[in-house]
Amino acid sequence: MTATSSRKLIVKLTVLASIWAILLLAPYWMAPLGGYTALATRVLVLGLAAMSVNFLLGFTGVLSFGHAAWFGLGAYGTGLTLKYLVPSTPLAVIAGILLGGVCGAILGALLVRRRGVYFAMVTIAFGQVFYYIAFQWSSLTGGDDGLRGFARQPLDLGLFKLDILTDANSFYYFVLFCFALAVGAMGFILRSPFGHTMIAIRENERRARFLGIPVERHIWIAFTLSCFFMGFAGALYALVNNFADPHGLHYSQSGDFVMMAVMGGMRSFWGPLLGAAVFVVLQDYLSSITVNWMSFVGLLFILVVLFFPRGLLGFFQRSKA
Amino acid sequence: MNVLEINNVTKRFGNLVAVRDVSLTVGKGELCAIIGPNGAGKTTFFNLISGYFPPTSGTIIFDGQDITRLSTHERVWRGMARTFQITEIFPELTVFENVRIATEVAGGYRLRPWISRAEAGKIDHSVEATLKLVSLESKADRLVGELSHGDQRAAEIAMALALRPHLLLLDEPTAGMGDQETFQITQLVRRLHRNEHYSIVLIEHDMRVVFNLADRICVLDQGRMLAQGTPREIAANESVQAAYLGNAA
Repeated sequence: MTATSSRKLIVKLTVLASIWAILLLAPYWMAPLGGYTALATRVLVLGLAAMSVNFLLGFTGVLSFGHAAWFGLGAYGTGLTLKYLVPSTPLAVIAGILLGGVCGAILGALLVRRRGVYFAMVTIAFGQVFYYIAFQWSSLTGGDDGLRGFARQPLDLGLFKLDILTDANSFYYFVLFCFALAVGAMGFILRSPFGHTMIAIRENERRARFLGIPVERHIWIAFTLSCFFMGFAGALYALVNNFADPHGLHYSQSGDFVMMAVMGGMRSFWGPLLGAAVFVVLQDYLSSITVNWMSFVGLLFILVVLFFPRGLLGFFQRSKA
Repeated sequence: MNVLEINNVTKRFGNLVAVRDVSLTVGKGELCAIIGPNGAGKTTFFNLISGYFPPTSGTIIFDGQDITRLSTHERVWRGMARTFQITEIFPELTVFENVRIATEVAGGYRLRPWISRAEAGKIDHSVEATLKLVSLESKADRLVGELSHGDQRAAEIAMALALRPHLLLLDEPTAGMGDQETFQITQLVRRLHRNEHYSIVLIEHDMRVVFNLADRICVLDQGRMLAQGTPREIAANESVQAAYLGNAA
């Protein structure tokens, strides 16, 4: 028993080390394969968003179809701060996280009693409210054209300045650092007693309740945490593009995140990152060939759901075992 | 002091009166069995005790405090644990993980986003002790969903025990089991009652199990308390024989 568990641990650590090695070296291996660093940055940011959706979907068993709202709010919070308040990247990111997270916490409290399809519908509705606010309030948000006229600012680290605006690699490592913080926090929480109660709720809500877990309160906390992570991803997305777009709040964007999570494997921690990578790379490659790139991504999604219901990563894990 | 005092509890669903003016007291360390024909209101009665829904009228006193309007999880926090007629477990987790969740909640850790190594060690220790109590220590790393029906039920009881309850509610612990498994679970419940001194209320269909285990038997029929007494008294009670035992014979 101990032999197999220690072997499992070694496998786990090896996988973890490989993932981080791949991410750390991405700027160096992507170029020879025909990619470019900015593409890897997008994968990280959208991967973080998909992992945030999955924090709720895969580990609490709650499907939100309006999570783009918190993503978009994170982006607008960051963009508006940079444009109107202070030219500081860290402060702008914190503002984005807070805007997404706090709005998520407030609205989350209203919807934790709903379940399943009703929960999903209400999250879509809330998300669309923010979409239309951003769309209509042109004087502040730029309306349909999106919020322009801001740019990420160099990071002043005391000893030296990190030019994340023009140096793609520096920016990638900045985003990777943020990604590591967020993903580290997620992994930490999932391993904690609170994380165990999330999984208990996913597995059997009635049992969880009769073990003394106030299910609604725990779902609300998980939802709120997920919104903060989502706001973080949105904040980084605004920095990636130097632009915030109402489409980032739209439910179709939420659908993309759910798709990445399910395609990659929603029962695995890293699955959504893989899903996001496949999604972003396919989008980048196919959209240069055809405007209908989404039909191909959709086809792949259908194939994955039909033949690998545990997602791409779930399939790899099983064939390994 | 009595662990549980139920005073004149009634539950209506529209026009149907599922439980009608039932009273029951359970003393510390007592094992009380509830029997009755199908549809007698036994499980509804259990749901009232454990807070699945509130009674239409009447009061429920637990450890001297009125818990009639408390939610399920608040009752669990005060020391009430239950199992279900159809086993409720976390099938995709291991036996160990199932019991660990209950142990962490009971230890007051449920909202903690971190845990120290020492605390985790203490919890693991406690989980192992609980598993030993139900003789599942050798299956700790198996997925609960893969176990036999009897072992799944034992795992469910282990989760209830991990909550360190003052009162254990077991809804048909031997439902759907063969002789071997019924024996296994009966022995377990007996051990919990005799050696560990748990106060237990159980619903049971199998009369051998009931007469074997119970200090006291309550007979429900059409939502009413038909009779209560020692197994000897119940066996001799004519109205019970007419309503229930007579049918079975």
